[in-house]
Amino acid sequence: MRRLATAVALAMALALGTQAAAATDTTLAAVKQRGELICGANGTLAGFGMPDPQGNWTGFDVDFCRAIAAAIFNDPQKVKFVPLTAKDRFTALQSGEIDVLSRNTTWTLSRDTSLGLDFAAITYFDGQGFMVRKALKVSSALELSDASVCVQQGTTSELNLADYFRSNRMSLKSVTFATGEEALKAYESGRCDAYTTDSSGLYGERLELTDPSQHIVLPEIISKEPLSPVVRHGDNQWTDIVRWTHFVMIDAEELGINKGNVDAKLKSNDPETRRLLGVEGQYGEALGLTNDWAYRIIKHVGNYGESFERNIGQGSPLKIVRGLNALWTKGGLQYGPPVR
Amino acid sequence: MLQRTLSTRRRLGGVVLQIAIVAAIGGLGYGAAYNAGLNLSRAHIASGFGFWNNTAGFDISQTLIAYSASTSSFGRAFWVGLLNTLLVGAVGIVFATILGFVVGIARLSNNWLVARLAGGYVELVRNVPLLLQLLFWYNAVLKSLPLLHGSMALPGGAILNNRGLFLPRPVFAANFSAVVVVLVGGIICAIGLTVWSRWRHQRTGANVHIFWPSLALIVGLPLIAYAAAGFPLHFNVPQMGRFNVSGGLEILPEFVALALALSVYTAAFIAEVVRAGVLAVSHGQTEAAQALGLRSGQTLRLVVLPQAMRVIVPPLTSQYLNLIKNSSLAVVIGYPDLVQVFAGSVLNITGQAVEVIALTMAVYLAISLFTSLTMNLYIRTVAIPER
Ligand SMILES: N[C@@H](CCC(=O)N[C@@H](CS)C(=O)NCC(=O)O)C(=O)O
Repeated sequence: MRRLATAVALAMALALGTQAAAATDTTLAAVKQRGELICGANGTLAGFGMPDPQGNWTGFDVDFCRAIAAAIFNDPQKVKFVPLTAKDRFTALQSGEIDVLSRNTTWTLSRDTSLGLDFAAITYFDGQGFMVRKALKVSSALELSDASVCVQQGTTSELNLADYFRSNRMSLKSVTFATGEEALKAYESGRCDAYTTDSSGLYGERLELTDPSQHIVLPEIISKEPLSPVVRHGDNQWTDIVRWTHFVMIDAEELGINKGNVDAKLKSNDPETRRLLGVEGQYGEALGLTNDWAYRIIKHVGNYGESFERNIGQGSPLKIVRGLNALWTKGGLQYGPPVR
Repeated sequence: MLQRTLSTRRRLGGVVLQIAIVAAIGGLGYGAAYNAGLNLSRAHIASGFGFWNNTAGFDISQTLIAYSASTSSFGRAFWVGLLNTLLVGAVGIVFATILGFVVGIARLSNNWLVARLAGGYVELVRNVPLLLQLLFWYNAVLKSLPLLHGSMALPGGAILNNRGLFLPRPVFAANFSAVVVVLVGGIICAIGLTVWSRWRHQRTGANVHIFWPSLALIVGLPLIAYAAAGFPLHFNVPQMGRFNVSGGLEILPEFVALALALSVYTAAFIAEVVRAGVLAVSHGQTEAAQALGLRSGQTLRLVVLPQAMRVIVPPLTSQYLNLIKNSSLAVVIGYPDLVQVFAGSVLNITGQAVEVIALTMAVYLAISLFTSLTMNLYIRTVAIPER
């Protein structure tokens, strides 16, 4: 219902307002004036974005917003998180309700061009998978012809699912739900044989089931899901800030700079390290921030690898391996352009 | 003379005012649409209905018309969703009306237990939010049904499990239409027979027994035609597969849960409407009817209800409208109604919130106006002609 309300509000604003969300001021100016960043996050996905019982938000996507807040305010707590379902998320961003969307969102051509939005950087290389009950004795997604599959609406998963079954000439009975939680619950109650979503999501959601050991994730990855933070189209300064927040976290990992040693690294002689941490050059000011912006990110949140391991990697219950998300120097795809 | 001109002038003024109001509203609507277009292009958001004929690409679990993810358009998906909304709305209205009338009348019963039970039903159902009831029914329906492997085999080849109820689907051969023609003819003849016997009863007082002849006309003749045409009807019986039942006519648990929740909920309100309507008929009417020797069932059917209907129909209409609008709660249990399919999947894939929401609202408005119109026509037929 929230989603409808947001969509209706957007429709009203567009019909009656004299100016759309991309107002006279820049997003950065608005965020600074407000004193906090408003970040659209998942809300129900363990490891990526979820508030704990005390209301503290944690997760990989959440840390990304904390990094932006650290860069702007030198305080990772100056973020307000807005939980969004897959269906709400773009409308919330278009209408200006949030400054940035950091919520396992796949970068696609149509989303990039027709929504008035821009994708900043691929923070997680993902792909879609299937989860089934062990008792079903299925070992490949290709055996799923005729199966009922629970899926969440408004996701790329919904579209990939239909594509995959069609291209493999299998018949599909999909049951579509508005939120991931509802889809998962229906799967657990036996309404569906399989549940499908990004495999990153499967790791977290499997652990929410009553008995995770009764369920397995099938080996097939049926799609490319480059997950990226999203901003409104047209505010290039803001896009740059969000994009480079990701890049400096990658660069820091590559240079061996982390939360623990960042202060010591300020005294480093390595020119790349000195530029990154703002000891040399005016790179931060060029973004509209302070020159120590990247130092603040590493100090408060850590580098990419630290955020990964803490939230979804070996330091978390999800135990996701780096795989495609390892640094390019280690056989992965994560690659940060140079700060210079 | 003077009076005439005055009233003409007043009427003229009224017409001018109405035209002005319509023009103003039209202008506002146009302005809003124009402004929206401008704002959308400024925000680089696609606009217009250019997406209508593009391939939808997503699957829908219940389709009353042919639909395929790979070849059908967003426009087709819209119609699929709309038909699903109309289906659950129509089924909900029928059951809510039946249940509502039964409970409403039961609440006025002289039988203490029956009246209390009906009262308890109304209070319980009216005071729990519909959303919770819907989730309750969905889980109750799903949990109480057997899993696929414990599927219940019902008589006639039907299968029941938590994937749905699978009935044998009738497949009609070409010459089945002959049977239909005979059946329709038989029904018309039977109606004619009934009218004739009533007419005779009124004129001469003689009772003509029409039961057997009618039965012969409605059942016997078509059966003979059916045999003569070479039994042109077959059934596609559902078959158990590895994961699912295939073939047959499928009724989804989501549909059952939604129809059930809407009927049970709305029936409680209809029951109150019916009770109020019956109480509005003065007790003298009942006494007079009983004095004439009518039994209590007859009194209710022939004397009280026809008068009560005049009071019942207007609020009943708004209950119907509520039911149709509430059917959009389908989203939470995965029933593919208009809101779920069109304002959900289509909106998200195309990102065109303004167009999709505007069209969805227009559709609900149209359905509601149509329902009101039908009910108003019905009111005319139940209105007691003034003498
Ligand atoms: N990456 C896909 C899917 C993202 C998505 O929404 N995934 C689901 C399953 S992991 C989710 O986060 N659901 C949580 C919710 O909306 O409640 C997309 O961008 O469309």
